[in-house]
Amino acid sequence: MSEEIKPRILKINVLRFDPNDKNDFPHIETFEVEEADGMTLYIALNEIREHNDNSLMFDFVCRAGICGSCSMLVDGRPTLACRTLTSKLGESITLAPLPLFKLIKDLSIYSGEWMRGLNERLETWIHDKEEELNFDKLEERMEPELADEIYELDRCVECGCCVAGCGTIQMKPDFVGAVGLNKIARYHLDPRDKRDDEEYYELIGNEDGVFGCMTLLGCEDVCPKDLPLQSKIAYLRRMMIKTALKN
Amino acid sequence: MKKKKIDKTPARLDFIQSASGLILGLFMWGHMFFVSTILLGKDVMYNVTRFFEGYYFFGESYPIIVTIVAGIVFFIFIVHAAVAIRKFPSSYKQYKIMRNHIKSFKHDDTRLWFWQVFTGFAMFFLGSVHLYIIMTNSADIGPYASADRVVSEWMWPLYILLLLAVEFHGSIGMYRLALKWGWFEGKDAKKTRDRLRSYKYAITVFFLTLGFLTLAAYIKIGIEHKDNVGERYHEQSVTVKGVQQ
Repeated sequence: MSEEIKPRILKINVLRFDPNDKNDFPHIETFEVEEADGMTLYIALNEIREHNDNSLMFDFVCRAGICGSCSMLVDGRPTLACRTLTSKLGESITLAPLPLFKLIKDLSIYSGEWMRGLNERLETWIHDKEEELNFDKLEERMEPELADEIYELDRCVECGCCVAGCGTIQMKPDFVGAVGLNKIARYHLDPRDKRDDEEYYELIGNEDGVFGCMTLLGCEDVCPKDLPLQSKIAYLRRMMIKTALKN
Repeated sequence: MKKKKIDKTPARLDFIQSASGLILGLFMWGHMFFVSTILLGKDVMYNVTRFFEGYYFFGESYPIIVTIVAGIVFFIFIVHAAVAIRKFPSSYKQYKIMRNHIKSFKHDDTRLWFWQVFTGFAMFFLGSVHLYIIMTNSADIGPYASADRVVSEWMWPLYILLLLAVEFHGSIGMYRLALKWGWFEGKDAKKTRDRLRSYKYAITVFFLTLGFLTLAAYIKIGIEHKDNVGERYHEQSVTVKGVQQ
């Protein structure tokens, strides 16, 4: 029976641009792909690269929503291409690279550089404040519930969707975004991190940090890992106000 | 160990923005109810007016109380505007980036932000005019005086715009406040947000309906009272009461 149903011919419009080519300029190129059962954008893009244009650039590693490399704007909405089924989209699909990040070419972006900068700025590592590392010392125990809570936030894959979905950061690129605030919430939970509230305040207690957030909640709505960004940002905001009050 | 003194100003500004917004939002809800008492009849509205002029506490009306309250609200209004303006786009470039983002992203809460900025900007002017007039004419509030202001003193166009701006700005602001600080979050923040959003729409519809009905009532009275502009309602009412007593 299913043979009788003709597969859709998808029109995939890709915003293409090679910043290293002086003669190139941003333009939309449309490719036609025959839809297959269970097709994801990852598969569709590979079809295009194989049959239409092998110069089309896009990033993929895991194909399973774990690595976070294939984030792009699908019809204007930031998401992971490998987890996006074409059947959920219309016949005409528009793909564009995530804004704000350095463009490598076409849909390929250098989000790693941006994320590294963010991690360095927010010092997203355990600060145990011990003068010397003692490898013999046993790590402090923690309750499984707490470990779960930390793990929940640690699931961030730095795909950049929350950044692309944030109106605030588009206007004010110095804003740390949900990815940054989520990391702070994660280290703040961790009892192994000995930074005090004032030190966290120094990092995000300003208008480039939590007080810059305008609660547009694009981050919450596009996060492919469904991280509790809204709750965590609200929590940090309350915590930062308390820190300011007690000082 | 580094121990720097933290700069508390960003925290204070954020708190002031939310707190002043909350006060103004709650005030506006109360204000709408009091103003809409005209729908229950001129006498009800008249008595509400006298209540706020302290008549039931001092046995005499003191419109200065209304002036003071309006002055305080004006002050909070200016403070709120001063801190909230930080969130406005500060250049054409920023404005354009945001417009493009809203257009391509098609995200409801981001769109709501645009309306909040837009209505907030409109209220710099609309709200100031209204507050100043009430502050300086606090004795002229009543079924006839207010209706005359709406019709014969040409306030109705301003009130239509102000009503739209206040109700959109206020309900969006209250919704955002709850999300911003994690109020009523409960176990499932997403579900709570959906619920809050439907409350927000319901509140907007409710207050806009109430507001326009109220405005219509004042316009009706104002048109009927056009030939007697300046006449006050209380004189009649007091006489009637006197007779009854």
